[in-house]
Amino acid sequence: MTATTRRRPLEISALLRFERQAIAAAVNLLEDRRPERQEQARALLDELAVLPVPAHVVGITGPPGVGKSSLISRLIARAAQAGKRVGVVAVDPSSKVSGGALLGDRGRMHVPPHAPVFVRSFAARDRLGGLSREAFSAVFLLRHLCDVILIETVGVGQSETDIAHIADTVVLVVQPFSGDLLQFIKAGVMEVPDILAVNKADDTTLARKAVAEVTAALSLERRSWARPVLAVSATTDLHIDALDAAIAAHYHHLRTAHVLDTRRAEQMVEWVVSEVMYELGRVGLAALGGSTGIHTLLERQPATWGALRRLAALVQRVEYRVTGEL
Amino acid sequence: MKKDAPWVMRTYSGHSTARASNELYRLNLSKGQTGLSVAFDLPTQTGYDSDHPIARGEVGKVGVPVCHIGDMEMLFAGIPLGQMNTSMTINATAAWLLALYIATAERQGVDPKGLQGTTQNDIIKEYLSRGTYIFPPEPSLRLISDTITYTVAHIPKWNPVNVCSYHLQEAGATPVQEVAYALCSAIAILDTVRASGQLGEAEFAEAVGRISFFVNSGIRFIEEVCKLRAFSQLWDELTRDRYGVTDPKLRRFRYGVQVNSLNLTEAQPENNIPRIVLEALGVTLSKNVRCRAMQLPAWNEALGLPRPWDQQWSLRIQQILAYETDILEYEDIFDGSRVIEAKTDEIKRAAWAEVERVMEFGGVIAALDYIKEQLVASHTERVRRINTGEQIIVGVNKFTETAPSPLYTGDSSAILKVDEAAEREQIARLRAFRAQRNQAEVTAALAALREAAVSGANIMPASIRCAHAGVTTGEWGQTLREVFGEFRAPTGIRGVTVASRNEGPVATQLEALRARVRRVADTLGRPLKVLIGKPGLDGHSNGAEQIAVWCRDAGMEVVYEGIRLTPEQIINSARDEGVHLVGLSILSGSHLRLVPEILAGLRDEGLGHIPVVVGGIIPEDDAEQLRRAGVARVYTPKDFEMVRILSDMVDVAETVAEHA
Ligand code: B12
Ligand SMILES: Nc1nc2c(ncn2[C@@H]2O[C@H](COP(=O)(O)OP(=O)(O)OP(=O)(O)O)[C@@H](O)[C@H]2O)c(=O)[nH]1
Ligand SMILES: [Mg+2]
Repeated sequence: MTATTRRRPLEISALLRFERQAIAAAVNLLEDRRPERQEQARALLDELAVLPVPAHVVGITGPPGVGKSSLISRLIARAAQAGKRVGVVAVDPSSKVSGGALLGDRGRMHVPPHAPVFVRSFAARDRLGGLSREAFSAVFLLRHLCDVILIETVGVGQSETDIAHIADTVVLVVQPFSGDLLQFIKAGVMEVPDILAVNKADDTTLARKAVAEVTAALSLERRSWARPVLAVSATTDLHIDALDAAIAAHYHHLRTAHVLDTRRAEQMVEWVVSEVMYELGRVGLAALGGSTGIHTLLERQPATWGALRRLAALVQRVEYRVTGEL
Repeated sequence: MKKDAPWVMRTYSGHSTARASNELYRLNLSKGQTGLSVAFDLPTQTGYDSDHPIARGEVGKVGVPVCHIGDMEMLFAGIPLGQMNTSMTINATAAWLLALYIATAERQGVDPKGLQGTTQNDIIKEYLSRGTYIFPPEPSLRLISDTITYTVAHIPKWNPVNVCSYHLQEAGATPVQEVAYALCSAIAILDTVRASGQLGEAEFAEAVGRISFFVNSGIRFIEEVCKLRAFSQLWDELTRDRYGVTDPKLRRFRYGVQVNSLNLTEAQPENNIPRIVLEALGVTLSKNVRCRAMQLPAWNEALGLPRPWDQQWSLRIQQILAYETDILEYEDIFDGSRVIEAKTDEIKRAAWAEVERVMEFGGVIAALDYIKEQLVASHTERVRRINTGEQIIVGVNKFTETAPSPLYTGDSSAILKVDEAAEREQIARLRAFRAQRNQAEVTAALAALREAAVSGANIMPASIRCAHAGVTTGEWGQTLREVFGEFRAPTGIRGVTVASRNEGPVATQLEALRARVRRVADTLGRPLKVLIGKPGLDGHSNGAEQIAVWCRDAGMEVVYEGIRLTPEQIINSARDEGVHLVGLSILSGSHLRLVPEILAGLRDEGLGHIPVVVGGIIPEDDAEQLRRAGVARVYTPKDFEMVRILSDMVDVAETVAEHA
């Protein structure tokens, strides 16, 4: 590699100046699994940890194709207009078969080339349906560099809970096709979001019906934050100002009610809990030889309930110990 | 039986400047061509003036630039519009180019009432395949509706819309998909016209009668005959049942054709001539569904733009068919054939089922994402079959040995080279034109245009006024962009996978490649991440879509943002995303401007270490130039083996990583 193209070493000051080249290099480092790079990545995050966290972390979740990226595009425009530094973390699913991923969200986002906006796409990788660890650590980095971070989840399964572990404000986006919403409410997904946005409200009749449905479902709630339900359209820019204002209002609420720090602290605990469960699960599974291993074990005997229980119990023979200090 | 009249014979052409294209048109007419088919350049098609930054390198490349009435007058100088039948391949800016055409006729002293011709004017297939869209669906449909209601009243012989199935087949559609989605587009257009309330019942029936189609005809020409029979029957039933048109004449399926070009090859390009002839049979053999107009691609289609001689050869094919053979002498030779009828019924039933499915989504606009994905899936299947050899392409995946070709030696002497000076000449003319016009009139005409756009009044009168006032294409486009906003079409690749059937040699190779991609991830420290970029105004997305889908299936993480990106956007994405390789796909000839610009931009961002590969229509001499400028690999249509391309890309990324 010639001297002209050698990458510059990472400087905190470059990150704080929002030099996107440096930010990208830092995220590359966070993603790098090689042990010495992991070491450097940890050092970098530790160095940043003492700095303030100016960012409001906003999660945008909802089923595939509902308009998350298009809405983020509208929110980027407003934030950039207001002179804010914006970080976007967009997560797309990985293919179980190939391990590959198509990262297409930024194609729907208009990224103003000269404003301080940094958009990074992540594949969910083995964290099926959720936020990958890399995406999490990128948010940890960006929190120190941005005024607002917008996270787009893949919108299925695990991601609702994953996003709750990192975002200050969660916006659930749904389509105005009735049924959808009530399903969500029943499925308990509705516990997570702070704001509900019914997108594609350019189709007015359906949208009105959907808003009425959700509002009715939420009407019995007694929370300190009355969760707003908004009909919006990313296509026509309808009520996006209201959405933007609602997001700001929720942040204001968190700070004035002095719950922001406790919320973040709780999130950390929950994140560690889910990491431990995930990690130990992964190690346990590997000890059994993965799906193939289980398959072979079960071939030796009939797959009765008892056999399955005994099999799961085998994992207990794998020993865990907490070693060292933090 | 009286001999049937031949179809209108055209050659799709236009390049450099209005002056050069005018000369070409007159030459073509002197060779016995009976109509004109205008190809516009990409800036004109997307509503930009020739001196807009985004137009740099694209002016006069794949068509003629028309920025104002001066250009239009020059394009048709010495061609009496009253006697001409002109087809214009123009869509997002169709209302504008039609206005310029009308104003030009008026200046020639011709009554617009008598004008004959076609504006393509089908925005839906632009979203799905062709890529020269500007505005969102709703205002786009309204512009189409305006041109229909205007021409029905004022230019009764004009075909205001050519609903296109052609481009769907070029994007991989099966015959059933081609028929179904074109019918859905026609429904969206006619529903908009009806809802506009601008036409009475009788006029609306006239409008239905003015809708024509632009179809494709592939090499399986028996099936194509059946497809057209199914198409025409469905159109007859649809216009009767959905729109209550009682006069059978107004329900007739009228269509023009360009035959399939997707299957025309770079390898042994002379084989394309028999392919073109056979494809032409599909639309001429059956009298009841014979085309009204035809244009044929040239033998060197996959090499680059055709020269006048290449186009002449294709015109001669049409003339030989019409004047030497006996196809025009018989009644329909397929009537009464059980075999043809059965196949026709099969296509008809399947196509209608697909129409109903789209209607369940709420129509073609609501189903855009779904339809695009269906097309990409069909095309992926086509590419897979070519890769496995299930679909034979002579000279490509079978019978590849060849004697040296006297026609083509591999350099760019066998294609048209557009004079680089044309862009400068065009811009100088544009600036001179702007300087001499009456600015007050321009301002007033644009204000009236905006007013019409906002109020919902028919856009045509205001556009014709703009044409006379000396408004430019870019000003017309910008005014409407401000009122209507802009649109980005879906990419359709998300849900598509290659290995629908996980067997055979390609599947095995792909599996091996995945293992290799995983190993490379260990060297790189993270999974191999690539950016597939489409810079410039080029809308050819097939290649990029296939590469993206296959890369994902090989286990890579692929950033793909769709068509029409600026070099700056691509550089920013490469930087923010931390990709290991940038792949660019360019088919419309502007690679020598765009690629060096992107290489320079990457270096400026400190990303000079990221390897860049390029694919598309790149003549060998240009490829050499690109490699010298730092491009790691260049691929062209002859590189059809996907796994080989992909492993090559992995090589490139790996080599760079090892030296980093
Ligand atoms: C299909 C097609 C279309 C379709 C495109 C549909 C779509 N969504 O893609 C339609 C009908 C819409 C179309 C329209 C036009 N077309 Co066209 N089209 C073709 C055609 C017939 C085939 C291209 C194709 O899709 N091939 C299949 C794909 C899979 O192959 P590919 O793109 O070559 O990709 C392979 C390799 O090149 C390589 N590759 C390509 N990109 C990349 C990228 C990477 C990273 C890698 C690793 C590899 C790689 O790998 C691929 C695998 O095999 C070509 C001629 C030909 N036979 O090649 C003309 C052609 C490209 N079109 C041409 C023109 C002029 C047009 C128009 C501009 C005409 C006009 N004036 O309006 C329009 C407008 C399009 C626009 N908006 O830009 C010209 C371009 C001339 C030039 N370069 O000088 C051509 C060459 C025809 C000709 N001879 O005139 N077209
Ligand atoms: N009519 C209408 N369509 C919309 C609106 N917002 C988004 N869309 C369309 O919905 C489709 C999906 O939009 P995206 O923004 O990609 O949705 P997403 O939720 O990010 O999708 P995934 O990332 O694939 O889950 C696109 O075709 C958009 O054009 C809206 O407000 N109205
Ligand atoms: Mg998205």
